[in-house]
Amino acid sequence: MTVVSFDSAVDANVAVTWRAALRDIWRRHPTAVIGGVLLLLILLMAIFAPLLTSIEPNALRPVRRLRWPSAEHWFGTDSIGRDIYSRVLYGARVSLLVGASVAVLSTLIGLTIGLLSGFHRAVDAIVMRIMDGVMSIPPILLAIALMALTKASIQNVIIAITIAEIPRVSRLVRGIVLSLREQPFVEAARAIGTRSWRIMVRHILPNTVAPLIVQATYICASAIITEAILSFLGAGTPPNIPSWGNIIAEGRTYFLVSAYIILIPGVFLSVTVLAVNLVGDGLRDVLDPRMARRM
Amino acid sequence: MLVVAVFVFSLLHLSPGDPAAIIAGDQATSQDVERIREQLGLNKPLLTQFGTWFWNVIRGDLGISIFTNQPVSQMIAQRIEPTLALTICSMLISLSVAIPMGIIAAWKAGTWVDRLVMAFAVFGFSFPTFVIAYVLVLVLSMWAELLPVQGYVSITNGLTQFLPNMIMPSLTLGIVFIALIARMTRASMLEVLSQDYIRTAQAKGLSTPQVLIGHALKNASVPIVTTIGLGIALLISGVVVTETVFAIPGLGRLTVDAILRRDYPVIQGVVLVFSVSYVLINLAIDISYTFLDPRIRY
Repeated sequence: MTVVSFDSAVDANVAVTWRAALRDIWRRHPTAVIGGVLLLLILLMAIFAPLLTSIEPNALRPVRRLRWPSAEHWFGTDSIGRDIYSRVLYGARVSLLVGASVAVLSTLIGLTIGLLSGFHRAVDAIVMRIMDGVMSIPPILLAIALMALTKASIQNVIIAITIAEIPRVSRLVRGIVLSLREQPFVEAARAIGTRSWRIMVRHILPNTVAPLIVQATYICASAIITEAILSFLGAGTPPNIPSWGNIIAEGRTYFLVSAYIILIPGVFLSVTVLAVNLVGDGLRDVLDPRMARRM
Repeated sequence: MLVVAVFVFSLLHLSPGDPAAIIAGDQATSQDVERIREQLGLNKPLLTQFGTWFWNVIRGDLGISIFTNQPVSQMIAQRIEPTLALTICSMLISLSVAIPMGIIAAWKAGTWVDRLVMAFAVFGFSFPTFVIAYVLVLVLSMWAELLPVQGYVSITNGLTQFLPNMIMPSLTLGIVFIALIARMTRASMLEVLSQDYIRTAQAKGLSTPQVLIGHALKNASVPIVTTIGLGIALLISGVVVTETVFAIPGLGRLTVDAILRRDYPVIQGVVLVFSVSYVLINLAIDISYTFLDPRIRY
């Protein structure tokens, strides 16, 4: 008897602390929670797209072209009769895939470059000059130029945007490494004979994680926008794959009569980017208080 | 600068396949390809090619468009006016809105005014340029019927014709910029406002505007100006989109057309012009620090 009640008391306690923790997060970072929930919804929408719609995103029904939103086609149809609701659902996949891949890839590559150049002066001199050069080309222009060279595919879009984002990450990491290198704990580690690579992995790397996670969310947001812009300009995701930028690009000619073709994916795009940015701001407040005070 | 030049040059040469074959098109015979290769000097060693190209660029010769057969430099010269007009208008609007916004937000830090400004900044960052553009068109031209949907009239035709066409594009282009500058102004002002000399200035009886502008803004200006310079990159990418939406015949539109037609010499030229102006503007800003803050010397 006593054992059972003790157990349930523990359960109740756990539940209370969980709820208390959630309430605490909600009270302190309400916007981040809203962003997180929105992002989760969009993620679920992308994953379960086939379950949420019975219409193929590329199925043509020219008879039903340019229909305004109705019970049958929730978001209307486009100029060749494709269902915009299902295209928007599938489009979420492209945006999230590009955003996440670019964030992860550019962070990892940027981290490596930043660590190396922060630690070796010779590498630093060469690599940072190259980075300066790449940075002097506005990122979108760089991505456009790279896309002009290659075949349109999601993979190439990801590579192009990643290349455009790497310099910023490596500069951030290099800055952190340079300031940490002079810290007493690094000097102490060096004094007791720790090897360079070990100092890098054990002492420097952990300190770059927090700002990098924050930076990665912002990169994710900007990559989603860049993908949409590239697709909108006709230099991004190939037209046979439904992406938000593509839907908007195809709706351009019909904007004056069928504004919904542009506005609906536009709203989804904006909300997604907003959600990622809100999560990023929340993470920054939690992980990087120094930066939070500055902004 | 040299890195930019090397990069832009390698654009054509990194492209998969033979540039000469691309230029010649699908129906070309192998003699045609050979002739074009000869004509463009593509059969010479890479370094010689780069030398020739670089020398030509310095003399202002950016090559000839594959598509229109016009000199690229001439095409750029024809298209530069609308782009300049657009960026200058947009810059004026953004700065005159963003800096006061940032100052007020910092001065009223923590109040609803401050929160409103910060919320606007987050939204401004999140809404892609073309979404803002289409919403503006929908509200201002289609519902309110105040402004023309798209198009461009040169400033030489008079201000009354120039301005209505310029308002929406410059607003569209300016919103991200406003968000960026307002945020930086607020951050920079907050730092300065906590300094002792601000309290001194207030204590000696100066009015609030005098303190905010004369004492605080002046000392907060270096980071703001830096951000303006870096923000030019945002403006340039915005120009490409905005000109497409509003059918403005500027450099951004030229870039997009060139990409769609795979017109490599034009792409090279435009990327070069944009990048060089970005670098030059940021150089000018670096130099301006010495005026803003006499402690900085070079």
